[in-house]
Amino acid sequence: MRESFPPETDRASALPPAPVRYSQKGMATEENKNAAPVNGSQPASQQGFVYLPLIVGWLVPGGGHFLLRKWGRGALLGGSILAMFALGIAMQGKLYAGAHDILDILGLAGDLGNGLLYIVSRIAGLGADQVMVTTADYGTRFIVVAGLLNVIAAVDAHNLRTGRKS
Amino acid sequence: MTHFAAVVLFAFFASIVFGITQRETPRRMIRYGAYCFVLFVASAIVLSWVMFLIAR
Repeated sequence: MRESFPPETDRASALPPAPVRYSQKGMATEENKNAAPVNGSQPASQQGFVYLPLIVGWLVPGGGHFLLRKWGRGALLGGSILAMFALGIAMQGKLYAGAHDILDILGLAGDLGNGLLYIVSRIAGLGADQVMVTTADYGTRFIVVAGLLNVIAAVDAHNLRTGRKS
Repeated sequence: MTHFAAVVLFAFFASIVFGITQRETPRRMIRYGAYCFVLFVASAIVLSWVMFLIAR
């Protein structure tokens, strides 16, 4: 004897609801696409190359935020990073020039985070070649940390540009 | 510049950057910046005493 199955709709309603495994809040669903602004209605700061605030923010401390018209945040970030870098130079901190061992590579990576500040200082011959006094060691750390903080600030500007942060 | 002055300056500027980049509203930025500053300075003082007692 042939077994009879219930209609398709009845079988679907008999199953337990599927668990939600992820949020569709930030995804390109039809609802979110309709909610997104079209190109013509975006402000001028939100148009153009999406990585521009990241690059400008790396080259000039606070520049990424200035580009996005976040004047207060840009001034505070730029002022803080510039002050840390200037204090490091004033304390006769060392600017890493080459990579001889792993610590030098890490120091150079941190220094490069300062962008144009590092390049201009190298050209101008600022910074000590060797650490001679105790405060020079602190100065070296100030310069490296200023570079790392500048990278954080540049990424923050990128997040503001993409809308990940308001 | 004394060591403590260097610690305070470092904590001050780093806290400003942390506050602005890690929080979204101005009020929360200030609170988080102040929190980071206190943690920076307090941990430096505590670690200094620990190192002093170990070295004795």
